[in-house]
Amino acid sequence: MSIAASLKHAARWGGLTLLLSLPLSGWMLNGYQVTTTWHRPLWLAGGVFVGTLLAMALARLLEMPPLRKLRWRMQTKITVTRRPALPAWEWGVLLTIAATLPLWLSTYWLNVMILALIYAVLGLGLNIVVGLAGLLDLGYVAFYAVGAYGYALGSQYLGLGFWTALPFCALLAATFGTVLGFPVLRMRGDYLAIVTLGFGEIIRLLLNNGTEITGGPNGLPAPAPTLFGLELTRVAGQGGTPWHTFFNVTYNPNLRAVVIYMVLLAFLALLFFCVGRLQRMPIGRAWEALREDEIACRSLGINHVTVKLSAFAMGAAIGGIGGVFFAAAQGFVNPTSFTFFESALILAVVVLGGLGSSGGVVVAALVINILHELLREFSDYRVLVFGMAMVVMMIWRPRGLLSMRRQFFAVGKNL
Amino acid sequence: MNGYIVGQQVINGLVLGAIYGLIAVGYTMVYGIMGMINFAHGDIYMISAYLAAIFLALLTGAGVQSVPVALVLVLALTILFTAFYGWTVERVAYRPLRNSNRLAPLISAIGVSLILQNYVRISQGARNQGIPALIEGHVRVNAADGVTIGQVTYTQILIVSAALLSMGALAWIMRHTTLGRSCRATQQDRVMAELLGINTDHIIATVFIMGAAMAAVAGLLVTLNYGSFDFFIGFVVGIKAFTAAVLGGIGSLPGAMLGGVILGLCESLFSGFVNTDYKDVFAFAVLILVLVVRPSGLLGHPEVEKV
Repeated sequence: MSIAASLKHAARWGGLTLLLSLPLSGWMLNGYQVTTTWHRPLWLAGGVFVGTLLAMALARLLEMPPLRKLRWRMQTKITVTRRPALPAWEWGVLLTIAATLPLWLSTYWLNVMILALIYAVLGLGLNIVVGLAGLLDLGYVAFYAVGAYGYALGSQYLGLGFWTALPFCALLAATFGTVLGFPVLRMRGDYLAIVTLGFGEIIRLLLNNGTEITGGPNGLPAPAPTLFGLELTRVAGQGGTPWHTFFNVTYNPNLRAVVIYMVLLAFLALLFFCVGRLQRMPIGRAWEALREDEIACRSLGINHVTVKLSAFAMGAAIGGIGGVFFAAAQGFVNPTSFTFFESALILAVVVLGGLGSSGGVVVAALVINILHELLREFSDYRVLVFGMAMVVMMIWRPRGLLSMRRQFFAVGKNL
Repeated sequence: MNGYIVGQQVINGLVLGAIYGLIAVGYTMVYGIMGMINFAHGDIYMISAYLAAIFLALLTGAGVQSVPVALVLVLALTILFTAFYGWTVERVAYRPLRNSNRLAPLISAIGVSLILQNYVRISQGARNQGIPALIEGHVRVNAADGVTIGQVTYTQILIVSAALLSMGALAWIMRHTTLGRSCRATQQDRVMAELLGINTDHIIATVFIMGAAMAAVAGLLVTLNYGSFDFFIGFVVGIKAFTAAVLGGIGSLPGAMLGGVILGLCESLFSGFVNTDYKDVFAFAVLILVLVVRPSGLLGHPEVEKV
C-alpha cells in the first residue's frame, strides 16, 4: 500500500472511532446531567489512527526479505519431531529453580506465585476442555468454586483435611461436570458455552444466597493444610501438634505459604506431564479429532458423548483441585472470587497461551499474574486489554504465540 | 393466592417478556444466519441504555421540554448509534473469522463483551446511573366484577406497544422486502445465496444492525421503566434473552417473542410467589431444561447436520 493509501486507511478507522466513541466518551453521565469530556474521543481516535499506521508499517517491515525468513520461523506451526520440546535436564533445572524460589522471595511475592500457579493449574484444566476437546466452557469457575467450597464445607461439617479434600473435591467437581455435561454434550457445541455460562452463575447465586450453609456473601473459613499430621499454624486448630512445637524450632509464619507453594508446584509438574501423555494416548487423539471434525469421528466409531464427557469431567476435576489449593492458600472463601470475570480470565490464559499448548498456557498464567502485580496502577485497564487480546489472538494467531511441537515415534533402523 | 398479586405479576411479566423478546431477536437472527451465539449482544443492549441516558440528558440540557419530542429524538439517536456499534462489532471481531474454526468467533465474542463492558466502565464510571421518571401515571385494570386486579403504568403500556410495533416492522421487513428475502435466503444456504448474486457480507452486516436496533429499543424502554442501570446489566439480561430465543426456537422471529413472553411471565410469577433471590437461578435452570428436553424450542425446526 502506498503511503497516501495507508494514511487514508488509518484516517478512516480513526474517523470511525471518533464517531463511535463521541457519545459514550464525549459526555459523562453525572446524575441526570452530563459533563462534557470531548478530549477523550479525540485521544481515542488519535490512538486508533496512530495504531493503525504503526500496524501497517510493521506489516510492511515484516515483508522485507531478511525479516520474512524470521517471520516464517516465528510462525505458529505444528512441528513433528522426535525430540521432546525440552530435554529432561532442562526440566530438572527449571523445576529446581522454581523449587528454590521460596528461599529468596518475599511473602508477598510468594503469594503472587501461588496464585499464578493456581491459574496455571486452572489453565491446564480448561485447556483440556477448550484447547484439546474444542468445547467452549464459560462456566469453568463453577468447578473451581465447587472445589474451594467443597474443602471449606467439608472441613467444617465432615472434618475433611487438606489431603483428603484434594481427591474428594476432584471427584465432586467431576461429578458436577458429568451431571451437567451428559445432557448438553449430545447437542451442538455452541449450546455448551451458554449452558456452562448459566451453570456458573447458578453455582455463584446458590453460594451467595444459601446463607445458612455457605455463609452467603460473608463466606467461610478454610483451614491451613497439615504436613504429615503436623499443623502449620502457630496454634493447633485441628487437634494436631503444630510443626514448630514438634521440631522445637521458632515459628515461621511463611511456612503455610511455602508448603502450599511446594505442593502446588509438584502437582503442576505432575499435571503437565500427565496432560502431555494424555495428548498422545488414544483418548487425547480422540479429543483432538473430535474438535476438528465431529461427523467424521462418529462415522469412524468414536463415541462422541463419552469422549467429550471424559474431557469435560477431567477439566472439572482439575478445576476442583485448583479450588482446594485456592481455599487453602487464602484461608477463606466467598462468592466474589467466583464471578464470570474469573472464568473469562482463565479463558484468557488459555487463549493467550495458545489453544492446546500446555507450555504456552503455563507461561501465560505466570506472565499475566506477574504483570498484573507489576502494573497495579493500570489494573482498571486489565480486563479491557484481555478482551482486546482475545479478539486479536483469534484473528491473528488462534493457535497461540508459542509454536506447538508434537512428538512422533519412528521405528528404528535396526528393527 | 391473591387475585391482585397474580394480576400484577402477569402484567409485570408481560412487560419483562416484551423486553426479553426484543433482545432475543438479535440472538436469534444472528444465530439463524451465521450459526453462532453473539455473546456481545447483551452488552450492545447495555450500551444502548447508556446512550439513551446520555442523549436524554443532552436534549434536556438543550432545552427540549416536550416529553414525546424528546423520546422520539432519543429513540432515533439511540437506534442510530447502537446500530453503528453492532455493525462495528461484526466488522472488526467477526468478519475476519468468517471461515475459521467454530471456536474462534465465540472466543472473539467473549473478548468483545469484555471490551464493551470495560470501555463503558472506564468512560462512564462503575457506579449506577439513572434517568428521571419521564412518564407519570397509571391505569387500573378491573376484573368483570369491578375488583381491581392490577395496575398498568403508562410506561408499561408504551413498552408493550413499542415492542409490538418494532417486532411487527421487523417481521414485515423480513417477509415483504427484497432485503428480507435476501436475509432468509442467506439463512437457508449462505453459499447458494452468494452464487445467486446476494452480497452475503452485506446481509450479515444488516442483520447485526437490525439486531442492535431492536436491542436499542429495549435499552431505551428498560431505562424508562426501571430508571437505573450499570455497566454489567448486559450479562444477565443477555443470558435470559438467549434463553428466550432458545425457548421459542432459535432462528425463528415469532419464537423469540413467544419465548420472551413465556420466560418473562414465568420469572415474574416465580419471583412473586416463590423467591426473588433465586429468580435468576430459575431462568438459567429453564435454559438448561429446554436444551435437554426440546433443544429445537417451541417453534423451531430440529437441526439436521449435513455432511
